[in-house]
Amino acid sequence: MLSYVLRRLLYTVPIALGVTVFVFALIHLSGDPINAVVAPDATAETVEKLRKDYGFDKPLPVQYLLWLGKAVQGDFGRSIVNSRPVLATLLQAVPNTLMLATFAMLIGFALGSLLGGLAGYYQGGIVDKLATGFGIAGVSVPHYWLGMVLVIIFAVELQLLPATGMGPGGSSSWVWDWVHIKHLILPAITLSVIPCGIITRTVRATVAEILSQEFVQALRAKGLLHSQVMRHVIRNAAPTVLAVMGLQLGYLLGGSILVETVFNWPGTGYLLNDAIFRRDIPMLQGTILLLAMFFVVLNLIVDILQTWIDPRMRRS
Amino acid sequence: MPLKTRRFGSGLKAALLGSLMTTVMLSQDAGAQGNLRIGMTANDVPLTWGQPDNGFEGYRTPGLMLYDALINFDLTAADKPSGLIPGLAESWEVNKAEPTKWTFKLRKGVKFHDGSEFNADAVVFNMDRLFADKSPQYSARMVSLTNFRLPAYKSVTKIDDYTVEFETKAPDAFWPFQICYVLLASPKQWEATGKDWTKFAETPSGTGPWKLTALKARELAEFVPNKDYWEKARVPKLDKITIIPMPDPSARTAALLSGQVDWIEAPSPDAMKKIKSSGFEIVSNIYPHIWSWHLNRVEGSPWNDIRVRKAANLAIDRKGIVELLGGYGVEATGHVVKGDPWYGAPSFELKTDVEAAKKLLAEAGFSAAKPAKIKMLISASGSGQMLPLQMNEYIQQNLKAVGIEVDYEVVEWQALLDLWRAGGKSPQVKGAHGVNISYTTQDPYSSFHRFLRTDLSAPAGVNFGFYSDPEMDKLLAVAQTAFDAKEREAALAKVHTKMVDDALFVWVVHDVAPRAMTKKVKGFVQSRNWFQSLTPVYLEN
Repeated sequence: MLSYVLRRLLYTVPIALGVTVFVFALIHLSGDPINAVVAPDATAETVEKLRKDYGFDKPLPVQYLLWLGKAVQGDFGRSIVNSRPVLATLLQAVPNTLMLATFAMLIGFALGSLLGGLAGYYQGGIVDKLATGFGIAGVSVPHYWLGMVLVIIFAVELQLLPATGMGPGGSSSWVWDWVHIKHLILPAITLSVIPCGIITRTVRATVAEILSQEFVQALRAKGLLHSQVMRHVIRNAAPTVLAVMGLQLGYLLGGSILVETVFNWPGTGYLLNDAIFRRDIPMLQGTILLLAMFFVVLNLIVDILQTWIDPRMRRS
Repeated sequence: MPLKTRRFGSGLKAALLGSLMTTVMLSQDAGAQGNLRIGMTANDVPLTWGQPDNGFEGYRTPGLMLYDALINFDLTAADKPSGLIPGLAESWEVNKAEPTKWTFKLRKGVKFHDGSEFNADAVVFNMDRLFADKSPQYSARMVSLTNFRLPAYKSVTKIDDYTVEFETKAPDAFWPFQICYVLLASPKQWEATGKDWTKFAETPSGTGPWKLTALKARELAEFVPNKDYWEKARVPKLDKITIIPMPDPSARTAALLSGQVDWIEAPSPDAMKKIKSSGFEIVSNIYPHIWSWHLNRVEGSPWNDIRVRKAANLAIDRKGIVELLGGYGVEATGHVVKGDPWYGAPSFELKTDVEAAKKLLAEAGFSAAKPAKIKMLISASGSGQMLPLQMNEYIQQNLKAVGIEVDYEVVEWQALLDLWRAGGKSPQVKGAHGVNISYTTQDPYSSFHRFLRTDLSAPAGVNFGFYSDPEMDKLLAVAQTAFDAKEREAALAKVHTKMVDDALFVWVVHDVAPRAMTKKVKGFVQSRNWFQSLTPVYLEN
């Protein structure tokens, strides 16, 4: 097991390198980064001066290697927009995104499992149709649009929940009281819609498939109680659901750009949005690398958990 | 936060808790008297270290809240363009014998927020931050944000503790307009923050009417009045201002409607009706902004024919576009607004006259059957661009009706600026006949010279279209060397008159900078400027 984990950890190195090269290339393909720093009507002299100051005059591979050399020592550089250290900025944003993503995941998991389970059990019935419809809607609805609609209903019209932000004093003053939790509700619900839809569909398919398997009939034939049979079904469905959940959590961590922007949630998505529009290379590279690593680590955790839950996997 | 608290003993914790509660109670009291919360359009709190990012919004909040320039804009009147007034310089004059030299007499007795004295050394320190790359306070980022606004600067010399002399590269009457953009930061505070501008930005010290008390990146910044502000009439009335970045217009509107903020910048035009019907106020005023098409004049461009340029200007239904903007715009009659001292007396009248436009085009050899073909570069969004897609579509229909067929290439805002800088001859613009970028007309150089001077053709400057007219160059030179204000205005009026009579741009509307606020907000005078003063504002209970 340990060697497996170590091997998987080693795999992250080429993945991380690949991600950074890819991001670096993409940014430079989209235009000269110095243009994001200088005003459009800066004199040519100023532009050249700044190109040198920022190190953009060096050949691209050299720029990349310089960045990489520092990054492996934990120095992700400073933002070219506001000169703040990238790592410190990321460390401020990550907990906010984690909080939002975890809550969204919990809502998605609870609701998705319930609906999917019901749909799978009562396959073909009205419950199935409703749950499946909900699942499809969840996957199809653009969540930034849903976010705006929720804001209009609950913030603007009913004035029950706040429209934006992470509380009156910002994220650093966050405490677990109702005033602050109110700020979490709308973005978490908005963000939970996609994983909820996907989990509903996955659970439905998995439960339906397991229920049709012979061992379930055998269990029933043995005279096991309904709840005991269901326990076996859940145990068998768990690895698949877990794998989907892990991936979804990864998507939530990286894919909350729109939701975080709509709700002014100061997480990595909001940070990424800002960095993209301002071509803030160090910030972009740092954020994307971190999000990619999240994915890799989540996958690893999911794989380990799956092996732990399902003995058949351990044997293979 | 909890991590830090755990380190303290329980007694200390109780004491801290007590003082915290008092602070909270006090701040709640203060809030009840006047804590103004503003939803701004920027993605992040603009930089607080002296030279802000986020363009003029950054200068407005927090730039000119925390800092002063040597010369400030007069932001007290809503009914006339704002002129220049003494800031940290009490007076300034050009050396008649050597017109590249300017003597600035500095205001005495002004203190930075940290208590240190403002003097000539501080001016030299701040200029070196931008122009002396060997000085320890030199900041490349500040250079990138500021220096393009000071093309005339050559050097600064301290004469005595309260006198400095600036030297410009060439005689330049626009120097007082340029120095307005240098905001003066405290050298002592920079030393105190370890000579690190990033740390300085967290505890900045200027001479401005507001002091920063909290800064949370991408979330908010809080300011309290500087009770010792040197200009007593401008000591703020409010207890506190909180600025909150809200880049998404619908999020901003929702925050206002749900009572999370008291004031939002630039509400989207489609939300105006809802905002007004919900009992909020919309304040607007004309300001130095023009939404226009900047024409490419390279060889082969249809815009080289004045008849085509005039026809396009006559074909546009500006009234319809203002309607499209929910009434929040002013029909353009030139590059600057009628009544502006630089307006002059153009004889070509910008109005909608479809027949006249058709006639001009026919003379130029175009008709509905054989339309003039134009390709324009536009963006889907961007600072000051208003509703670029809808407005351009409207213009496309207007022009089609007279015999000009317009094709658009929509690019991302930053990319559009890159193309603008590259200039009309660059292969990057792929033969486009112009760019749609809205411009400031706050100072003469930004309004006219950078677009019209032959020597500022790309890549030397942003004369995107390679426009060149020796007669215009002469007029521009006269204006730039007219040191008397009246003479300068007269010279600029001649420039503008020629600009309109030659139909050098296709002008559409001026923005009126609408901002929405609760009816409790009182005392705000929206000056005819990109910058605004928040010092007279208060909240009525």
